[in-house]
Amino acid sequence: MESVLRVENLTVSVGRVEVVHHIGFTLGARQRTGLIGESGSGKTLTALAIMGLLNEGLSATGQVIYRGTNLLELTDGEMCGLRGDRLAMIFQEPMTALNPVMKIGDQVAEPLTLHRGLRGKAAHAAALDALARVHLPDPLEKMRQYPHQLSGGQRQRAMIAMATACSPELLIADEPTTALDVTVQAQILDLLVELVEQEGSSLLLITHDLPVVATVCERVLVLYGGHIVEEGDVDEVFSRPRHPYTRALLDAIPPLDEELPDRKLKAIAGSVPGLGEFPPGCPFRNRCPRADDVCVVMPPLADGVACWHPLA
Amino acid sequence: MKRRVSPTLLIGGALVIIVVATALISVVWTPSDPAHVEVPSRFKPPGTAGYLLGTDQLGRDEFSRIMAGARNTLLVGIVTVVIAMGVGVPLGGVAALRRGVLEDVTMRISDVLLAFPAVLLALMFAAVFNPSTITAMSAIGIALVPVFARVVRGAGLQILQQDYVTVTHTYGASGVWIFIRHLLPNVSPVLIVQATVAFAIAILAEAALSYLGLGTPPPTPSWGRMLSESQTLLDQAPWLAFWPGASIALAVLGFNLLGDGLRELLDPKLIERLPAQG
Repeated sequence: MESVLRVENLTVSVGRVEVVHHIGFTLGARQRTGLIGESGSGKTLTALAIMGLLNEGLSATGQVIYRGTNLLELTDGEMCGLRGDRLAMIFQEPMTALNPVMKIGDQVAEPLTLHRGLRGKAAHAAALDALARVHLPDPLEKMRQYPHQLSGGQRQRAMIAMATACSPELLIADEPTTALDVTVQAQILDLLVELVEQEGSSLLLITHDLPVVATVCERVLVLYGGHIVEEGDVDEVFSRPRHPYTRALLDAIPPLDEELPDRKLKAIAGSVPGLGEFPPGCPFRNRCPRADDVCVVMPPLADGVACWHPLA
Repeated sequence: MKRRVSPTLLIGGALVIIVVATALISVVWTPSDPAHVEVPSRFKPPGTAGYLLGTDQLGRDEFSRIMAGARNTLLVGIVTVVIAMGVGVPLGGVAALRRGVLEDVTMRISDVLLAFPAVLLALMFAAVFNPSTITAMSAIGIALVPVFARVVRGAGLQILQQDYVTVTHTYGASGVWIFIRHLLPNVSPVLIVQATVAFAIAILAEAALSYLGLGTPPPTPSWGRMLSESQTLLDQAPWLAFWPGASIALAVLGFNLLGDGLRELLDPKLIERLPAQG
């Protein structure tokens, strides 16, 4: 399958502490991939490393290959040319992600001015077009409004309009629906799927919400403690998880068809260790029911799972 | 949100409007030529027919001179603030955006400049170049640069942490773009307040320099020099000291009150954070 982005041996460090460890994956063209993991598993850092937007104090090594070039080696200026044009990103919090003193229309026009050189009426028309594409009601009126006049869902639509204005090849969505109401969540997810299909883009959806991945994505990567512990087809991984962590995650989803009174929620024993406090070897071994002595060595990711004792 | 216009803002605004209006009117009309010498009618007390505020030692109409002086005062204020903002705002912006050594160097130079009294700097300038309105304005302007650089850097650092700035990075905005389109509009309330305060400082500094004979040279009427010339005539014609003195005081008070009022109006959070801002 044709690929858009290949990540090889990517390591992200905070100071000297490695947070993401030598991960590798490939994002297929027109494919929707889910990246799931708990808080602190390194999913957002992975996304920021791909975009070249790591904050000061964070560093990335390895390779992020897009069209034959390693993005990690590009200069700031070269990355600026790609960001928003070929690679785009949406964030979790739509309330603070728009400049409060700038009209929606002007803001959505910004990427178009930066990458397409559109100004004045042309920029206005293109921004209107972008807002119409994300089904923002009454886009012409909304363009003249300021962010505080829009609801959370409307703002997230505006954000998506900005990110997809230049038809990027890869859209990274970092928990795009976490801050929204459930009903709005479904609409935004539908919109994302619709847009990436329309534009032929690839989507990397970062979330901790397994049902979201199941409805939106075709492939899934499971991240724990900065390692990819399992990857594969969404249907396959969700119906037959092979890593004990994936299994535990799926078990933790409360089923709706059981009697509620005497049922306890299943939790994963222990909690996620802090940065740099993961056990050496398999990061999950101190919480894993199947762990034994071999687990002190990190298992390689083979055949879609990184575990010495995968479930059948 | 309901915004109440405070008395501070009203009084300050009224005083500033009076100064600006006087200066503007003086361009086209004054009761008589402020430079017209008429020795026989010198030292006329205020209220004398034809001379509302009296005449000075050369028989020039005091009212006309105060009016023309307002023009000079306003010019100095505007040019000074433009110089200070023109240099200080980009410097502060670069410091906030680039950080690192550049930030350290600009901020330490600012500290040194801040420790230097504006009038002293102006004295140096006047000694090196010739005393003139332009020298005075440049010196006061440069002395006020650090004020703007620090305000923009401080507010800028806070704004650059905001999510919407990260978002602009994701669609490929450069530093200059972020500075002009996102940073400036968001710091403008603070800048407006700072500019009015700087305006007051500039008026006072120019008056002080003219008083010392280092500001506006004759024959252009300047409140500072009028005050200085009246000094020896104090027991003979006290009004000659009173009118320019009162004008300076009211203009400075006006701009300061306007600044305070605008601060309350534009940045209510700032007052909660800095209750004892002096």
